[in-house]
Amino acid sequence: MSLLNFVSCSVDEILMRRQSLRKDLLAAEGLQDIRIAVLGGSTTNELVNLWEISLLSSGFRPVFYQPGYDRIYEYAVHNSKALLDFRPDLIYLHTSCWDVRNKPSLNCTADDFNSCVEVELARFREIWDSLEINLGCQVIQNNFETPPYAILGNLDALAYGGLSRFFMQLNVALAQEVAQRPAVSLQDVHGISATLGMRNWFDWKRYFSYKLLLTAEANLELARSLTSIVRAMFGRSCKVLVLDLDNTLWGGIIGDQGVDKLQIGQGTPVGEAYTAFQEYCLSLRNRGVVLAICSKNAEEIAKMGFEHPSSRLKLEHFSSFKANWEPKHDNIRAIAEELNLNTDSFVFVDDNPAERAIVKAMAPEVAVPNIGSDVTRFAEIIEHGRYFEPFTLSKEDLRRTLSYTDNSKRARFESKFADYGAYLDSLEMKAEINCFKPIYLERIAQLINKTNQFNLTTRRYTQREIESISRNPRFISLYGKLSDRFGDNGLISVVLGRRDTDTLHIEAWLMSCRVLKRDMELAMFDALVECAQAKGITTIKGYYLPTKKNQIVADFFPKLGFQACSRLPELPADATVWALALPVQIKQNHHIKVLECNACQI
Amino acid sequence: MPNLTPQGVLADLQPIFREALNEDNLIITRRSSAINTPNWDSLAHIELIEMVERHFKVHFGLSELQNFREVGDLVDLVVAQENKR
Repeated sequence: MSLLNFVSCSVDEILMRRQSLRKDLLAAEGLQDIRIAVLGGSTTNELVNLWEISLLSSGFRPVFYQPGYDRIYEYAVHNSKALLDFRPDLIYLHTSCWDVRNKPSLNCTADDFNSCVEVELARFREIWDSLEINLGCQVIQNNFETPPYAILGNLDALAYGGLSRFFMQLNVALAQEVAQRPAVSLQDVHGISATLGMRNWFDWKRYFSYKLLLTAEANLELARSLTSIVRAMFGRSCKVLVLDLDNTLWGGIIGDQGVDKLQIGQGTPVGEAYTAFQEYCLSLRNRGVVLAICSKNAEEIAKMGFEHPSSRLKLEHFSSFKANWEPKHDNIRAIAEELNLNTDSFVFVDDNPAERAIVKAMAPEVAVPNIGSDVTRFAEIIEHGRYFEPFTLSKEDLRRTLSYTDNSKRARFESKFADYGAYLDSLEMKAEINCFKPIYLERIAQLINKTNQFNLTTRRYTQREIESISRNPRFISLYGKLSDRFGDNGLISVVLGRRDTDTLHIEAWLMSCRVLKRDMELAMFDALVECAQAKGITTIKGYYLPTKKNQIVADFFPKLGFQACSRLPELPADATVWALALPVQIKQNHHIKVLECNACQI
Repeated sequence: MPNLTPQGVLADLQPIFREALNEDNLIITRRSSAINTPNWDSLAHIELIEMVERHFKVHFGLSELQNFREVGDLVDLVVAQENKR
């Protein structure tokens, strides 16, 4: 657990003891290394200092590279060697409306205005192209805040010569361009600065003294937003919103007052406020956040609340429902087990400070925002935590909730079978296993970068690297999709092997935890063996690189019949190496019907 | 409330300088400056000023920042700001 609740602490708390905090946070185990280059239009040191603390408290150990300010173009386009030598995993291009030199003049025409936008956009395109070609890593680009002065008053937002209008237009143009580039992520500084307030944004005294443009408060908000993007990049955004019921989703106590007396719906200010909060939860669910209930209530009474005609949330919106008198942290763990998700991807919302305190103490990996007890502020406080930041909005995200609900149904179904094999057969599972195909590359990249538990090497690849691997004949790259009678799980497994003469080295083997204990890994193994044999490979070498999260696959290779080999000096000391001699005749998977694949013919 | 005599201000500055300059055993005097104090570079300077302003809840002017040479100047600036209140 981090020493610092970065979500709720103030700038003062961090700035006054940054060095000590940094030392303490660096002592934590299992931090994930990340190399970040920051190219800024103004001095970025304070921002980087705050971002470092923020990343450390989120489990990352960053190394930064920041050349002097105002050199973005130069470093990105003309002198990328310095950047190249640094080998960044991520580049942050930090700019501001104050850095833009080519602005429309007061009396400019529509054509002048459009050409100013185009010229500025072209400069960004050139920068991104150069970074993409030379470095091929992820780039975060911020858009623009509102300019500090509106020379034309309200007309500034309307006239072609108004800078307010110019930056609005430039932001639209940036968004359209970034949307087409998977390697560039947009940081919405326009929204961040508006939320903080422009009066607290620019710091002119520090700008004229040291070219440090923004206030420490602004830099803290930027740092927090950047960390949420990094978390999303690595699949560490939260996935589940666990909600209390009484005085959290409706006003009043259902067990005491009965469903008719609950405050929910039009008619009273309190009722309307709870409806608005329910709608907020529902909109999170619609974009892929899983909703669950954890309430101290009798289950049948608790469920009646959702039959209230004004309740926007209905029972079917919850993928797990725990209403009983057990401690909430135990219920949260039970929900995690049922959904097959880690509690470190959970956010717990409860109006009762005592319940928040016990969950914080007993399950410190769960995010527990201090939402207070005023329903009008719940959504705003959850938003401020940036828990659910998505990286890309894939179709998978939009239908994930459905899939977890299916999982919960499966869990209930499972208990009816004595023999696990019979249960698996009853699922009528069908798998599609094949070589990487272009249409799946985005999903493959997403899966590779966010899977932590069933992941033998936890090696991350950019979408660009995956693309080139998919075309490289030295690689055997397989994906697996699995569906069953309860629904389609989508693309959930990836195996990547690199061929070296007659040996195949397994560089990556991973599977989504949604389909744990379904024998899908055995189906992948069979396909891999078949494919390797067809290519004349005689040995498959497997590698297990332990992390804090991938314990469940520690004995994966020996279970498949691999023999232990001596450890390799170039791998971490705790890594294990395994080998399997081919050919292998016996299929391991007996419960999944694998559709005919042509992977081996390629 | 911080003690705003020159001695009190100097005493309050000690832990701030230790933290900002990352020197656990540092002892500053009125004569300490970027030239004779370890780790006091331009970046640490920005952090120091920010911490001092926040600790004493004061705001230095541009020219005050520009003319500031040693810790004694900083002590006097803080005391003067307090007297202006």
